[in-house]
Amino acid sequence: MKHLVAIIVFLVLIAAVIVMGFMAGRWKGGDLAHIEEWGLGGRRFGTLISWFLIGGDAYTAYTFIAIPALMFGAGAIGFFAVPYTVVCYPILYLVFPKLWKVAHKYGYITGPEFVRGRYGNRWLALAVGVTGIAATMPYIALQLIGMQVIIGALGIPGHLPLIAAFAVLAAFTWTSGLRAPAMISIVKDLLIYLTVLVAIIVIPVELGGFGHIFAKIPSSKLLLAVPPSGSFGAYSGYATLALGSAMALFLYPHTTTGILSSAGPKVLRRNAALLPAYTVLLSLLALLGFMAVATGVDKLPQFAAGFAQYKSSFAVPALFLHEFPDWFVGIGFAAIAIGALVPAAIMAIASANIFTRDIYEPFVSGSKGSAETLVAKLFAMVMVMGALVFIVAIPTKFAVQLQLLGGMWVIQTFPAIAFSVFTRFFNGWALLIGWLVGVVSATWLVVHNIFGAVWAFHVFGYTVPSYIALATVVLNAVVAFLLSIPLNAMANDRHKDETEAADYA
Amino acid sequence: MIRILFLIVFAISLWVPAFNRINPTFFGFPFFYWYQILVVLIASVLIWIVYKVEDKKAARK
Repeated sequence: MKHLVAIIVFLVLIAAVIVMGFMAGRWKGGDLAHIEEWGLGGRRFGTLISWFLIGGDAYTAYTFIAIPALMFGAGAIGFFAVPYTVVCYPILYLVFPKLWKVAHKYGYITGPEFVRGRYGNRWLALAVGVTGIAATMPYIALQLIGMQVIIGALGIPGHLPLIAAFAVLAAFTWTSGLRAPAMISIVKDLLIYLTVLVAIIVIPVELGGFGHIFAKIPSSKLLLAVPPSGSFGAYSGYATLALGSAMALFLYPHTTTGILSSAGPKVLRRNAALLPAYTVLLSLLALLGFMAVATGVDKLPQFAAGFAQYKSSFAVPALFLHEFPDWFVGIGFAAIAIGALVPAAIMAIASANIFTRDIYEPFVSGSKGSAETLVAKLFAMVMVMGALVFIVAIPTKFAVQLQLLGGMWVIQTFPAIAFSVFTRFFNGWALLIGWLVGVVSATWLVVHNIFGAVWAFHVFGYTVPSYIALATVVLNAVVAFLLSIPLNAMANDRHKDETEAADYA
Repeated sequence: MIRILFLIVFAISLWVPAFNRINPTFFGFPFFYWYQILVVLIASVLIWIVYKVEDKKAARK
């Protein structure tokens, strides 16, 4: 065992967190047999807990590995994660306090449930719900991959540790519901802040300051390429990636769950101003990718096997192993591994809420049964197992590609959810057709583009490279708008709206 | 409509030609990087202002 001290520190921290996960069930007492308690923590998390929970939810282990890896491999374009996690907050402020109010009044625990209440259309709600679950499955799988890189870097081989970690995840998700990741996210975030602050101070000192680090980055990676004439080039690519990702962020089931579990609109508005603290952290983390370039860890023989197996995802683990004493490596790696468990648990719970309320009840059982929490718990187990199968049986490349597609799909629910808290102009069927057009066109373009996220559109003689998700959701919205006019004239569905205008004030 | 401040957040975050440059540097950071980190702080303050103003207005009602 090469990194014995690191492994011991790592295991102690993970064990502590697991104990917390099981104890969390008794925190902020509530009857966990109710789905609002199990799956939404009873909607009572205040500003601070919501800050940890939504932060732990939106900034995942995958982000913490993938963004520095993108900076390491591709350079400046990877920094789009910073404007992305800035412009998401005005969107959070504008849309989601309204959604919270309606959801609270009518007892909705998912985004699709709101859509069904608003349009009286269970098929539209099904489309929104299935989109969320389909996008979440590969996302959970990627959390596991983040964890796998860490476990591999510690020199522990095989799938067994990962399976053990997820058996435990499944167990505390079952017993404690959303309270478990809420409580664990506090520890996780404190560890992440500690690790990053230390890294961002210690490593530049060793490398002779930030000036030296940036000086070692090839100029082609240091900035975005200046667009050729007649094209918006990397500029529109960068901006649309940021904006499109921001529009999708809070539509994912796990982030919507984090939002709805808060104690009210005020908590969300405050957090729109407070959550950017995580973006500062993320920007510093992204720069670890450049530090890995500057130290040249990819050229050191002891890391050759790691880079061969995990590619640029190995940049941050290698940097830690190279720069830090073993005990601190244990802390940093534990932070990342716990950073995988928190969102993975929320993702499983959120998908389970959707399965129960938007698939099982409207289409199978026909009513809200007393057994709904049991159904949700069982489906949460299915999600965790499914993600595990993903990792063990399917190459990482496909999980990454499916996660990319997932982002393209999730944004297609933006008109049905975000527009609907402002207006009831749209027709439910028009939104469903718009969604279909968006999903099909996005999928077709992504496959056609060999799984690149940005496609060069040609508009009025200009080349406008754009994040496919953003371009196709515009198409989706235009289709929904244009079809709503004739459909409302022929078969108006406004009387099916169970909410009232005052709910959105 | 204090929410107009959000337009500033979008503009300073997404108008790439304004910040895709190296100079002036700050503590060794090229402009591209320190500017975008500064934008995070500015955005946070602007959103907090919107919250405070709207919160006061709601309290007066």
